[in-house]
Amino acid sequence: MKYIILLFLTCLSLCLSQAILAQTASSDPPAEAALVPSEPPAPPGNLTLKDLPNDDGHGIAVKWDLSPDDGAGAKSVISYDIYRSLSPDAPDSLWKKAGTVVLGVKSYADKGNRESDNDDYLPKKTNLYYRVYAVGAGVRSVAAAAGPVQAYDNWFNTLKVPELIFCVVFLILTVRFINMAKRGIDLYVRPLAGIEAIDEAIGRATEMGKPILYCLGIGTAGDIATIASFTILGRVARKVAEYQTSMIVPCIDPIVMTIAQETVKAGYADAGRPDAYKEDSVYYVTSQQFPYVAAVNGTIIREKPATNIYLGYFLAESLLLAETGVMAGSIQIAGTDQVSQLPFFVVACDYTLLGEELYAASAYLGREPLLLGTLKAQDYLKAIALVCIFALLALRVFTGADVIHKPFDMPWW
Amino acid sequence: MKRQIPLVLVFIFGMLLAIQYFVPSEPSQRGYEFVLDWITIIGIFAMVLGIWSQVHVGWSKIKHRSENWQYSIVALVSMFAMIAFGLSPFGGLQGTIFRLIYNNVFIPIQATIFSLLAFYIASASYRAFRARSAVSTVLLVAALLLMLRVLPMGPLADPISSIGSWMLLVPNLAAKRAIAIGVGLGGVATALKIVLGIERSYLGKD
Repeated sequence: MKYIILLFLTCLSLCLSQAILAQTASSDPPAEAALVPSEPPAPPGNLTLKDLPNDDGHGIAVKWDLSPDDGAGAKSVISYDIYRSLSPDAPDSLWKKAGTVVLGVKSYADKGNRESDNDDYLPKKTNLYYRVYAVGAGVRSVAAAAGPVQAYDNWFNTLKVPELIFCVVFLILTVRFINMAKRGIDLYVRPLAGIEAIDEAIGRATEMGKPILYCLGIGTAGDIATIASFTILGRVARKVAEYQTSMIVPCIDPIVMTIAQETVKAGYADAGRPDAYKEDSVYYVTSQQFPYVAAVNGTIIREKPATNIYLGYFLAESLLLAETGVMAGSIQIAGTDQVSQLPFFVVACDYTLLGEELYAASAYLGREPLLLGTLKAQDYLKAIALVCIFALLALRVFTGADVIHKPFDMPWW
Repeated sequence: MKRQIPLVLVFIFGMLLAIQYFVPSEPSQRGYEFVLDWITIIGIFAMVLGIWSQVHVGWSKIKHRSENWQYSIVALVSMFAMIAFGLSPFGGLQGTIFRLIYNNVFIPIQATIFSLLAFYIASASYRAFRARSAVSTVLLVAALLLMLRVLPMGPLADPISSIGSWMLLVPNLAAKRAIAIGVGLGGVATALKIVLGIERSYLGKD
């Protein structure tokens, strides 16, 4: 066992030293390449222009055939410069550079700005002309103007049809399962250990006479994870009031703080103890990520809460908070929809709600038909998504058709 | 009424923004930007509530001489000093004093807190990789292989690198995608629940 730990720590040290060495090596200045002017490359051919679909009317799709010197011939093409003008005969100074693409690329989506005072303004419903130059080492090809073309805005984004279908299917399923739940049909929801442990954790805090720390993460009130966390906060507040213990809710956002105050107050009122609610228990700390960590960690170390609950949107602070909680000897329940932070919570916390379990918690706690119905609809939608993935995969494997990537490649052509 | 008005507002704005998601035209984009501007404006006004909360909590600790009340003095003095230095008579946000404190005090402290992560990762991984059961032994072996993958291992470099890459790209990515799909569907479902008024917990009562 000791040798395995020793090996593990050695590997960790070597990894860190490698990372430092790589960092040092990458900071060396690159050698400057000599730029030798050469013959101008042959120009790209067959320049075609089209209104960019699914946009706000300030975009043009530009397409051309590669220069004969691009990857073949003199192999002198490095990139292509795309220029735009309001007149085909305008002097060079009135041609605005719209963009640059590297060799081998034969199309460009010129997404201009919609504000007329912006340098990159691309007017709507106006004749526009384009030139595409093949650029070599210090020289560029000649280019003829193409056009006119006009940009129009669109009233429906056809690329979002799958999302629309998804929403419609979800609504149909939701209505169906809500009706089922209302009729009294039992909808099974698998137990969520993290949520079931909350009562036990609050009981422990009561026995120890220590507070409960509830952390909503660093998300704003508009983040789904934060909203899901409010639901659980309300339940926790009610239990805390019933058990007559105390809770601490440090917030990173003033709006989150305001909603959390209302939620906790309502929880206390539901438990019949509105007088026990202390406004100072839900407070604002700072809007900065690491100062927030410092403040919450300080609170954990000083107050030694019996239970720490981290539910919401978390980034790098997840492990900083959870490890401090381990040091303070608290029971910890965590949950986030940030996949990259889940391993940290799993390692450092006693219970972790993985991804969507955080969203499901409100239905699990409430057991109301409306919420259970949406949860079931969500499960069925997941099953449909799974079937679609397998069907597309089978199609790809057995027919070789690129059904997965093709529809999303260069959608404007 | 206190619950009905927010529900109606959420429904109207939720539906409008849901429709806006599918409409790329200029008026739709401008409407979206208008709503985003309002979020910023509300956020700025809400900051007053945040500052008030901090002053209230800090002052209450100082007044009642609660445990560690001295820290509250430091916090309040720092906050008001930075506000004062950030005001134009002292050079504003680009002024020398504000920049000096921001660059030489605030940023190093922030970097220090972030750098603690390296040590916390070591302690957390030590706990996670202890070979107490078959599953944690698998975790330990996987972690060792992934660490060996980035080391100069001579003739073993290629096979270890292949195994490590396979672990990252097949089982690891499959699990991550499964969670991500669940999160995506759950997020849309939750958003719809809120817009349709099925989920009302954010109103302060469930």
